[in-house]
Amino acid sequence: MDRKTWLSILAKADTAELSALWDALALAPAFSWLRRPQIGAVMVQGRAGGTGAAFNLGEMTVTRCTLQLENGPVGVGYVQGRDAAKAEIAALADALLQTAAAQAILDGLIEPLRAKAQARKAGRAAKADATRVDFFTLVRGEDG
Amino acid sequence: MYVAVKGGEAAIDAAHDWLAEERRGPTDIAELTLGQIKGQMSLAIARVMAEGSLYDPDLAALAIKQARGDLIEAIFLIRAYRTTLPRFGASHPVETGDMACDRRISATFKDLPGGQVLGPTFDYTHRLLDFKLAADGALAARDVAEDVAEAAPDTAPEPMPRVTEFLNAEGLIEPEVDPGEAPGDLTRAPLELPASRALRLQSLTRADEGFLLGMAYSTQRGYARNHAFVGELRIGTVPVEMDIPELGFAIEIGEITLTECETVNQFRGSETAPPQFTRGYGLVFGQTERKAISMALVDRALRWKELDEDDLGAPAQDEEFVLYHADNIQATGFLEHIKLPHYVDFQSETELLRRLRQAFAAAPIQAEAAE
Repeated sequence: MDRKTWLSILAKADTAELSALWDALALAPAFSWLRRPQIGAVMVQGRAGGTGAAFNLGEMTVTRCTLQLENGPVGVGYVQGRDAAKAEIAALADALLQTAAAQAILDGLIEPLRAKAQARKAGRAAKADATRVDFFTLVRGEDG
Repeated sequence: MYVAVKGGEAAIDAAHDWLAEERRGPTDIAELTLGQIKGQMSLAIARVMAEGSLYDPDLAALAIKQARGDLIEAIFLIRAYRTTLPRFGASHPVETGDMACDRRISATFKDLPGGQVLGPTFDYTHRLLDFKLAADGALAARDVAEDVAEAAPDTAPEPMPRVTEFLNAEGLIEPEVDPGEAPGDLTRAPLELPASRALRLQSLTRADEGFLLGMAYSTQRGYARNHAFVGELRIGTVPVEMDIPELGFAIEIGEITLTECETVNQFRGSETAPPQFTRGYGLVFGQTERKAISMALVDRALRWKELDEDDLGAPAQDEEFVLYHADNIQATGFLEHIKLPHYVDFQSETELLRRLRQAFAAAPIQAEAAE
């Protein structure tokens, strides 16, 4: 799994699920802040007609931080919403995924988060599928 | 003109205390939680996020609670909050063609790749009050998820290509091409006219739903009629991707629910181009179907110049009228300020009126002669 994929999973994770999985790993790596958690906004863009000129749709809240493990790699956290603790876990996980602890983080955090997100998505897709319709056009009386 | 006044601190404090009490309501009834508002008033959340122009369901829930359910007041709170946030950057444009759709319908094609999916819609309900919801411990709704999850495990969702793409393939509709320009941002620079389509769309997507609905309805009733079909309406989630400077690549920073409406409108052609359908576009935060359709109709009406159409003098064609009156926070700010003390203004008007009346009383003959 590449860094882009795990960072994307962490960013979209449900906060409660992320915290629970992280706590279960019982890791407390020493680190120093390069950038303390900061809440801000990202301007989301759309496109006219879905494929045309870009336009500004509105902002979304994002929390970011950067940290460095003691004598180790730098971890970056960018997560949706306003949650410093969530950003910190994401950055710690990102840093640890660049160390020998990577497999434990993948198995204990990233994969379960991905599986939960996928299950949620499949659940919604199944609900949507149950509302799939076929419309039949009927001959209208006045047209003969 | 509003002139600053002093005094009244005790009265204002008492008014605010009472406001807090009224907001809370009877204390023998449980207080609303943000989770309840977010989960059970989700369409109010969507409206506050769309018009507040900030996607954050938790904040929208807080704003609705604080505003006692007054959605424009809630939108005001969100707009005020968003000005305090540092801007980390802009996302890549979202790919609505890859949306995970809860709902996807077309009024122009009954059989379309990916199919028609109704989703959680009010359509086809009878609009009769459901008194079961008024009863404590209302009947549990049939759990659709469990019914169907077993029936169709792990089936990959069918792709849902855009309806306009089929028409594009035949050349029947004007293409929508990306000129690659960075869009203007009306939160950073005042809106100047004539506005680019990008600025118009930004303005419309955060516009007041009621205002936009009225404008869109006027086009249907004949004011700049452009005969819109809903080519496609889709509601669902898309990931939001952004370049992260410290990483040097893009990641998904979140996932948002959007409503997109593409209208197919009557054709235009010229001496050099064959007739083609034209397009209107709506894209709005959250499940906001009425707003997205309204946006598409008004977008189409505002495009009359670039499509070489006639100015019919219709309100929905008037960019200045639409864009300068569509924002409910600007509108309510100016409207509501007239209830604040205007004593000095009013005093000068009163004095002027008294002088005019004195002059009138002093010269009754001229007044009679003038009649």
